[in-house]
Amino acid sequence: MHVDGNAAAGLLTQVFARDMTGAHGTCGSCGHNGPLAEAVVYGEAAGTVFRCPTCDNVLMTLVEAPGRILARLAGLRWLAVPI
Amino acid sequence: MAPAALLQRLTWLPAVIAEARAETPQARTLVLDVPGWPGHRAGQHVDVRLTAGDGYQAVRSYSLASAPGEQPAITVARVADGEVSPYLVDVARPGDRVEIRGPVGGYFVWEPAMPYRPVLLVGGGSGVVPLRSILRHHRQSADPTPMRLVYSVRAPELVIYREELQAEHLVYTRTTPPGWPRPAGHIDQGLLREVAWPPVDSPLAYVCGPTAFVEHLSGALLDLGYRAGDIRTERYG
Ligand SMILES: Cc1cc2nc3c(=O)[nH]c(=O)nc-3n(C[C@H](O)[C@H](O)[C@H](O)COP(=O)(O)OP(=O)(O)OC[C@H]3O[C@@H](n4cnc5c(N)ncnc54)[C@H](O)[C@@H]3O)c2cc1C
Ligand SMILES: [Zn+2]
Repeated sequence: MHVDGNAAAGLLTQVFARDMTGAHGTCGSCGHNGPLAEAVVYGEAAGTVFRCPTCDNVLMTLVEAPGRILARLAGLRWLAVPI
Repeated sequence: MAPAALLQRLTWLPAVIAEARAETPQARTLVLDVPGWPGHRAGQHVDVRLTAGDGYQAVRSYSLASAPGEQPAITVARVADGEVSPYLVDVARPGDRVEIRGPVGGYFVWEPAMPYRPVLLVGGGSGVVPLRSILRHHRQSADPTPMRLVYSVRAPELVIYREELQAEHLVYTRTTPPGWPRPAGHIDQGLLREVAWPPVDSPLAYVCGPTAFVEHLSGALLDLGYRAGDIRTERYG
């Protein structure tokens, strides 16, 4: 069963040093725009995967490795961070 | 917010269970002593990390049940065959140590300073936990925002924060108290039309609980005429 971007708030804060659940991402595949909190999130052995709630495209993947966190953001066209 | 407050270096904080309080036969509130706790916002959560003697670690998220300004507390409901929740509900004792990462989350939060749009809180099972923090905060700050909770729960004996939530709308899905006016069943359109603020009032909704519950309820609120951007959701899995 999947959760949503809220569940990854702690990991996101470790990567971006600020809250990112309210940041809006634009899907590189279908153009859907919404807060990361509303992304479909699967926690798998390979990492935390954020998917577009509209088209299921992989927006972002976070992988925790010893001493670092790897972030792949290839599925996002834009990431808008409120300041 | 000052730029300095935005930058958050997040680390695992040692925490001690200060108090354990049974809410129902299935749920327990753990009050935590967290040296250096920075305070939290209503609706935020923490990640809890447990480490076994052999070094094996498990991490789960738990919403903060207390209001901002109060000591951090979580309320955990036992998931049968779960790895972490049975430990926190049945085994952990005051004095035990856990690690905490948080408070985190800036989307599923409510603050009195927001524009005074009526707020509808919809919780399923343990999804009521962050909504309880929001309600407590709302009451303690004597905020004029109209706020209402609809709480879906399986049976009367499973209602958590019973005293505090008496005046709210309880919906029983399996068994009801004797003489309850509504037969057991899920929250439906008819009930929402009765208790939810009408869309013309530009309400803001917070929906939290098991993923299937959240999907069902956010769909029902959309059907009722709520705007997608005005429905904040948090899925527990
Ligand atoms: C942001 C966030 C906040 C949360 N806040 C709370 C909270 O305040 N109180 C609380 O009790 N829980 C909360 N949860 C759920 C919590 O993180 C755990 O998922 C839950 O305690 C089960 O963990 P476990 O290790 O016992 O079960 P696991 O070992 O992880 O799972 C065992 C089995 O139970 C299923 N399962 C997992 N979670 C649930 C569930 N919630 N209901 C029914 N079946 C489930 C799994 O699919 C699996 O088959 C929250 C989750 C998120 C993402
Ligand atoms: Zn998409």
